[in-house]
Amino acid sequence: MTATANNASATILPFAEPAKAVRDTRPLRLITCGSVDDGKSTLIGRLLWDTKAVKEDQAATLARDSGSQNDLGLPDFALLLDGLQAEREQGITIDVAYRYFATDRRSFIVADTPGHVQYTRNMATGASTADLAVLLADARAGLLEQTRRHATIAALMGIRQFVLAVNKFDLVNYDRAIFERISNEFREFALSLGVRQITAIPMSALKGENVVYAASSAMPWYEGPTLVEALELATVRSTQAGGFRLPVQRVSRPGESFRGYQGTVAGGSIKPGDSVAILPAGTIANVKQIVTFDLVRNAAVAGDAITLVLDRQVDVARGDVIVSLDGQPMVGHEFDAQLVSLQPGGIEPGKRYWLKSGARRQRVTIEPVSQLELSTGNWQPHASVLDMNAIGKVRLSFEEQAVFDTYEQNRATGAFILIDPDTLNTVAGGMITAKRGDLGGIHQTRSADGQRVLLSLPADLAEQLMASELFASRRDETEIRRLTAKQAAEIFTNAASDI
Amino acid sequence: MPLSVQETEVKNPPVSRPPLDPHLKALENEAIHIFREVAAEFEKPVMLYSIGKDSSVLLHLARKAFYPGRVPFPLLHVDTTWKFKEMIAFRDEIAQKYDLDLVVHTNQRGKAEGVTPFTHGSALYTDIMKTEALKQALDAGGYDAAFGGARRDEEASRAKERIYSFRTPDHKWDPRNQRPELWNVYNGMIKKGESVRAFPLSNWTEVDIWRYIQAEDIPLVPLYYAAERPYVERDGMMILAEDPRLQLLPGETVQRGSIRFRTLGCFPLTGAIRSTASNLEEVIAELEIATVSERQGRAIDRDQSGSMEKKKREGYF
Repeated sequence: MTATANNASATILPFAEPAKAVRDTRPLRLITCGSVDDGKSTLIGRLLWDTKAVKEDQAATLARDSGSQNDLGLPDFALLLDGLQAEREQGITIDVAYRYFATDRRSFIVADTPGHVQYTRNMATGASTADLAVLLADARAGLLEQTRRHATIAALMGIRQFVLAVNKFDLVNYDRAIFERISNEFREFALSLGVRQITAIPMSALKGENVVYAASSAMPWYEGPTLVEALELATVRSTQAGGFRLPVQRVSRPGESFRGYQGTVAGGSIKPGDSVAILPAGTIANVKQIVTFDLVRNAAVAGDAITLVLDRQVDVARGDVIVSLDGQPMVGHEFDAQLVSLQPGGIEPGKRYWLKSGARRQRVTIEPVSQLELSTGNWQPHASVLDMNAIGKVRLSFEEQAVFDTYEQNRATGAFILIDPDTLNTVAGGMITAKRGDLGGIHQTRSADGQRVLLSLPADLAEQLMASELFASRRDETEIRRLTAKQAAEIFTNAASDI
Repeated sequence: MPLSVQETEVKNPPVSRPPLDPHLKALENEAIHIFREVAAEFEKPVMLYSIGKDSSVLLHLARKAFYPGRVPFPLLHVDTTWKFKEMIAFRDEIAQKYDLDLVVHTNQRGKAEGVTPFTHGSALYTDIMKTEALKQALDAGGYDAAFGGARRDEEASRAKERIYSFRTPDHKWDPRNQRPELWNVYNGMIKKGESVRAFPLSNWTEVDIWRYIQAEDIPLVPLYYAAERPYVERDGMMILAEDPRLQLLPGETVQRGSIRFRTLGCFPLTGAIRSTASNLEEVIAELEIATVSERQGRAIDRDQSGSMEKKKREGYF
């Protein structure tokens, strides 16, 4: 394994964030998605096998259960992954399974998700904590609707790093043109979803080519990283840059003289002496101490589980959020959100649900606005029940004030789940997109009635524009055509004469 | 008893150590978050304490999560009466040292009926003295949440388990119909009689556990370290031969050798490995080149594929 940032940049787009000088050693959480026959189980099995994550007794159990081996003398990897008896009986993956493997450089947590359309909800579960998505495509079939669907959900859940694994590449004679075609098509699609970090890798999971070990003899023209090298170079999402956020999980009062607020820092950083606000009340105080088991700390950053001591007696309860005075989150009764419906009953308009975000649980009613048509990527107006697996834009109305960031700004304070008050089951996962004005109007300003602007741009410039968050958030209002320079010139000539 | 931070520090002085590497720190933060969330959301949590290395890490994390306060829930040990002697001594010493509430439960009905791993076979014995005993203890305590040290990397059905794993009033797990679990937003709402098993170590691997034990200097039962010990070979396992209840079968002899244990359970069902790793550094070095998984030494896992899922569905941890 000799990954370098230079090699990787061959396939990462030029405007991707440069690889960090200091390698990130935190565990990378990734999700693998693919259609049913793209070879996902074989790929993960190969990853575990070649990184020595499968032990001899597990391999023996596998060999016993699979009976026949494939022509490479390897066991049936799917049996390694599908741990439930029902899955083995039906030969499909039903639920998310978590796998662990490590290289010399980093450790990885893989959420292995089902490929079937009816288990979209389980894919959303796996995607919610992932930093990177590996999307599989069969080199013979190219991008399927299911691949696009998975990419769309992954992007929606906030994943901003994609690896496209063009698998079964041995079956197309390692044809470079096929790889270029599929990866270009995917790159365009991913850009339109707002994803800028894209690495495409030609591979054969079955033969172990470009998974852990490079396949330079079979594909001398490919200079990019193997899958494992790409994963080693990926970055873990960090929310240290934004404002300080501490959702209070618990008030610790071991004695009269001590009162500490316990929680996990969900954004930014804090040090003794900093001024903070307690939301939603808005009370102000200063940080006196950061207490942890490992002595008193000088500072804490996003991800740290801490106990915060303030300099004065203030009313702080579980569910409150302690924040920095600069860059405060949104506080209000009405928010816009996107959500994934997770249960057979769907999400009903007007019904009162429990909403949990951070350590805060409160009553909310839901008003569906539109639904994502996964085959086209368009949002269609939709005000009725959001059925299971549907992705919808909704309005949230709270009975008491709620505190959120947008999901784009902060994955921890912008995410929520909905709980059905009758079954107490988790029925949706959601992401805050905006706060609504007090009068109920749409927060963002829309362009004037019916007016459109036609731009003609060089392809590379257009791609950068399409990759912006703003563009991605309003992609449903745009129309894109790819043309030659000559065709574009003709359109503009014709358009000019119409005015 | 009211305590100030200062008083607590005097009682259990934390030691200044080099900072944890980012990987272990991330796992520690996640576990502490889970501990605090469960303690805040449930009325009567309990922590399953099996005295093994995972339980030792779990307990250490619980102490960290609630510092400077005490661990705000009891520890429950299901004692089959067939544990290694050194485990029981270690348990009592730890409970006293860290000022913990320890609840010990034995299935008295099973004991009275003479259920032993030798007479009833490992499957039936485990069912009565472990699973049944656990359910009795959970019902008796009225606990609505139980922490366990299970990890997803241990076994295939555990790889599917949620961090908050929902259980019916009769402690059943339905793996095909689990609650979705997104981000670190856990759904702790249950109806009366239902409960949740919570797994703060879900995302840890065996190597993580050992490296954390090393970094945090966590005390362990000495059986994890190699020493010259008496053993009997039976059914392909090396069983520790120091308990008088172990009857030698025809042809068996007590041998001696340098052995240690990778997991600890009931001594008649737990196989030792040959090893000279007598301290943490050596154990970790041995582990990093190990070619078999830790549960290889557990007789109860080997009954058939899917046997762990079956036990779990019935209420086993």
